[in-house]
Amino acid sequence: MFEQILVQTVNGLVNGMVLALVASGLTLIFGIMDVVNFAHGDLVMLGAFTGAVTVAHTGNFWLGLLVASLVIAAFGALLQITTLRPLIGRDPLTTIIATFGISLVLQKYALWQFGPTAQNIPQPIPGRFELFYLQYPWYRLGAAVMAGAIIGALYLFLKYGKYGIWIRATTQDRVMASAMGIPVPWVHTGVFAIGSAMAAASGVLFAPLAAVTQTMGFDFTLRAFIVVVVGGMGNLGGSILAALFISLLEAYASLVVSPSQAVIVSFVALILTLLFRPTGLFVPTPK
Amino acid sequence: MNPRTNTGFWIGFVVVVTALAVVPLGLPEFWRKFLTEILIWGLLAMSSDILIGYTGMVSFGHSAFFGLGLYGAAAALLVLRSPNLWIALAVGLAAAAVVAMFVAYFATRLRDIYFAITTLVFSQIFYVIIFTWTDVTGGENGLYFTQPPFTIPGIFSIRFSTVSLHWFVLAIVALSYLALRRITQSPFGMVLQSIRENEPRTRAIGYHVERYKIVAVLLSGLFAGLSGTLYAIQHRFAAPDFVFFTVSGEVVIYNVMGGMGTLVGPVVGAAFFLLLREGLSRFWAEYYLIPLGIAFTLMVIFMPQGLLGFLKRRVNQ
Repeated sequence: MFEQILVQTVNGLVNGMVLALVASGLTLIFGIMDVVNFAHGDLVMLGAFTGAVTVAHTGNFWLGLLVASLVIAAFGALLQITTLRPLIGRDPLTTIIATFGISLVLQKYALWQFGPTAQNIPQPIPGRFELFYLQYPWYRLGAAVMAGAIIGALYLFLKYGKYGIWIRATTQDRVMASAMGIPVPWVHTGVFAIGSAMAAASGVLFAPLAAVTQTMGFDFTLRAFIVVVVGGMGNLGGSILAALFISLLEAYASLVVSPSQAVIVSFVALILTLLFRPTGLFVPTPK
Repeated sequence: MNPRTNTGFWIGFVVVVTALAVVPLGLPEFWRKFLTEILIWGLLAMSSDILIGYTGMVSFGHSAFFGLGLYGAAAALLVLRSPNLWIALAVGLAAAAVVAMFVAYFATRLRDIYFAITTLVFSQIFYVIIFTWTDVTGGENGLYFTQPPFTIPGIFSIRFSTVSLHWFVLAIVALSYLALRRITQSPFGMVLQSIRENEPRTRAIGYHVERYKIVAVLLSGLFAGLSGTLYAIQHRFAAPDFVFFTVSGEVVIYNVMGGMGTLVGPVVGAAFFLLLREGLSRFWAEYYLIPLGIAFTLMVIFMPQGLLGFLKRRVNQ
């Protein structure tokens, strides 16, 4: 039993890091643009498919990761310019509805383009190590580390990069940033592109752990929503902690009930959070 | 509200209802059932309009109310030895009301996107429960049951034909529409609209915003549950797919396409969407959602008042 709990802890942390990568893209987009991106999970899915196609053609996983991120970033920028830019200044609810429409289109597009059969990316890091009673694949740890590295790079970029500082300035005060000569509309586009690239990267990292299907997007959207609300909307650090927290909860719950029922635990976590700390679990209580 | 527009409304109402009652007589079986189905989905769309259009709360979880109405009616029809129409309706409504109460309790604390996300999560909770609790709900296979006859207790009992079922559904939907219209035009409905326009100000004037929201969610859930029970009676099966998010998403589409905050609009939206799907899916299978989704997104951006609002504006020009 004790060993099972430890194994589930590792599983939870690995899934949590991938989820954190998805959620930090979502929370970045929300924090700066007030856009709740319903199509975020579908960007994860498209990224996974783009990665799978690239890997199938070149045989190189890392190239697949790079190509998927770049392609989906460009696609995200296009999406932002065509559909979200006209909505600036409208109610955030309008953006949920608009991105919901986009999510429908992306899902059926993937079905049309890639077919209904699940696709796979072989694990790029071979080998397993012994974790108590089972052979644990190295790649799972590698995926978690990669996800962590990408989030770390984002953090450093936001903290020290010139454009990162633009982004933070826009988050704090859109009007003032614009007065200082920051091209705010393009910062929005850039942020959406970065968020999309992060979604795509997590899709590719996730693909070797499970099959890639065109319906996987909704699941990611739902889980990322939960994480972002539990962590506090627009709060990057909070989202990462919340992603780990939720994934660990689900991992432990699946010791007791079936994995499909374990999801309910994270739903309940969300509801309790909204009841008792609607601003998020991992932010200081506002005075 | 002057008397002339009121007479105009009643004339229009009687004409539309009569047309809807007479038309199926000349339609082939398939389209007759299809028209009944449009009415049922139209009722669901109207029910969510109370929240989306009138109170300004976007519910992404209407499938929960619909599904519980559906499963509630299913339970009543399966458990009773002789299936009874009115008991099925009552149990379906009760089940939807319980869920609505549950959701409404939380809805009082949440606004905007938080409300949308929470309703989505709630509907998924019910989906997971129904999907995995195979012993009771039949899981993925769903439940099959027999259609109850139309009865007036103590007087007579007659099996539904497709036409009489259509009339029954039409009667319920038309009455629901009148009830909803009355509600939205009442002082209560006005307060809901003022919550949509400016919540802090409504609160400042002295209205207990939370209570109004609870009642709005309850009403919306009840009418959504009613449409679920009607669906159960027409189709004689219940499946977890009807509790899944897709249904909630389609309800939002009906509202946006038809025109939020008009009650008739969502019904028109439902009819438009279902007809389009029926026509397009013959050639494009599931891919009809690609053009439809693009059209939907464009409508959100350029035509937020929906088809009906757009036409109205055109006529007025």
